[in-house]
Amino acid sequence: MWKEVDCRGLNCPQPVINTKKALESIPAGKVTTIVDNSVARNNVTLFAQNAGYRVEEKEEKGCFYLTITKDEAGGKQTVEKHHPRQREQQKAAGPVYLISSNCFGQGSPDLGAVLMKSLMLTLTESDPFPEALIFLNSGVYLVSQGSEVLPYIKSLAEKGTTVLACGTCLEYYRLKDKLAVGKISNMYEINNKLTGPGKVISIS
Amino acid sequence: MVGLETSDDAAVYKLNNNQALINTVDFFPPMVDDPYLFGQIAAANALSDIYAMGGKPLLALNLVCYPSCLPREILSEILRGGAEKVLEAEAIIAGGHTVEDDEPKYGLAVTGIVHPDKVTANSHAGAGDLLVLTKPLGTGIINTAVKGDLAGEDVINRATETMRILNKDAAEVMINTGARACTDITGFGLLGHTAEMAEASNVSVEIWAKEIPLLPGTMDLAAMGMIPAGAYNNRQYLQEKVNFKGQIKSELELALFDPQTSGGLLIAIPQDKADRLMQELAGAGVEGAAIIGRVLRQGNYLIDVML
Repeated sequence: MWKEVDCRGLNCPQPVINTKKALESIPAGKVTTIVDNSVARNNVTLFAQNAGYRVEEKEEKGCFYLTITKDEAGGKQTVEKHHPRQREQQKAAGPVYLISSNCFGQGSPDLGAVLMKSLMLTLTESDPFPEALIFLNSGVYLVSQGSEVLPYIKSLAEKGTTVLACGTCLEYYRLKDKLAVGKISNMYEINNKLTGPGKVISIS
Repeated sequence: MVGLETSDDAAVYKLNNNQALINTVDFFPPMVDDPYLFGQIAAANALSDIYAMGGKPLLALNLVCYPSCLPREILSEILRGGAEKVLEAEAIIAGGHTVEDDEPKYGLAVTGIVHPDKVTANSHAGAGDLLVLTKPLGTGIINTAVKGDLAGEDVINRATETMRILNKDAAEVMINTGARACTDITGFGLLGHTAEMAEASNVSVEIWAKEIPLLPGTMDLAAMGMIPAGAYNNRQYLQEKVNFKGQIKSELELALFDPQTSGGLLIAIPQDKADRLMQELAGAGVEGAAIIGRVLRQGNYLIDVML
């Protein structure tokens, strides 16, 4: 089933309500909500992601086309079906590191920076080396120009570690054109890594 | 004494060494169905600016926009709600003005009085002060959910109760315990009004997101996308002045920008007096007040928000 919900000209919260109703009316399938303002776009996305649906966005002639996928079991399921294939691919993989801060640990930011540097150095010598490094929130500073730990992360990337930087975060901190290593990623891809077979270690 | 340049809550005009006049005006369209409650909320909201300056309201004038097609009884209910709030504030309504308009709107122009040395301007916050918020946040998000018919009765009732509470008791306690600076939280949201205070006082402010009181239902409704446009506008406007440290959920972040109707007071008070302020607020029946941050010397950002 594919439903289209035209919310052009509607103000919040109507686009969210209409999208919610459309999703509830189908057992599974896709709903494409068309909105013409960024508030509606943000709110529909916020709603759909928090309800566990996958959202793809396309912008055309000043309108946003938000395609929301609902699987048969409802929300929160979209990622599951990708597991088996990933599991086969990543048999002997090292751990996945989720790095959501540019400092390691709570407390003095200076100490946090020293600890982060020391962690990155340690990772370059670890065996097996990390399957992936995911940089989120202020963690994206570590993969941007001017970061002290760039050489370590680059050396890991050369060994085959996947380096992902959250696109929303880069945009938020205005670092998108300063990314020095790794690839710009989205929450869908990041979540796939986190729910994959590798052990996930969270650094914040 | 206080004018446009510090984006304060009301204008303050010094009459003599013992008296200064405070003038303020606010009115808006209904956010609740019940006309009596709407009147109460609109009046509490308009009177709040006087309290935020450390003053006492004396005189209020009704401001009414009303469509000719709606029954007069509804208007009477709105005015009754407003009049009772003004009475509770120990002020009087001395008249008003009505304009015909497609959508009803109601509010007050209020005149208050304050001792010139005791004005709690938003420009008086000093490094080392603690920040106290006297009402929970979330009314903008909940009002948006009400429009979408997604808010439960309990959630609506609690938000309505909060909005109609006068900031009178909170202001009295604040004055008695020696607060320096104050503003009330309305359309620019917590962070918007905090930024105004920081800017006017030439300081920076640290906000502790976990400590911020929220109305029940706020986070759930925010996660459902019930964010009013005003919250996004406030965020956009403050983008370069606010620094979020650590992983703060986007719905919590937006709640901090959520425009409030008849919100609480944000009080800056020297650290050694903060405990007494909190005790006396509780004693005066001000529920849900919390210490939510502190004032720092001027730094890179006007506001740092920590988890």
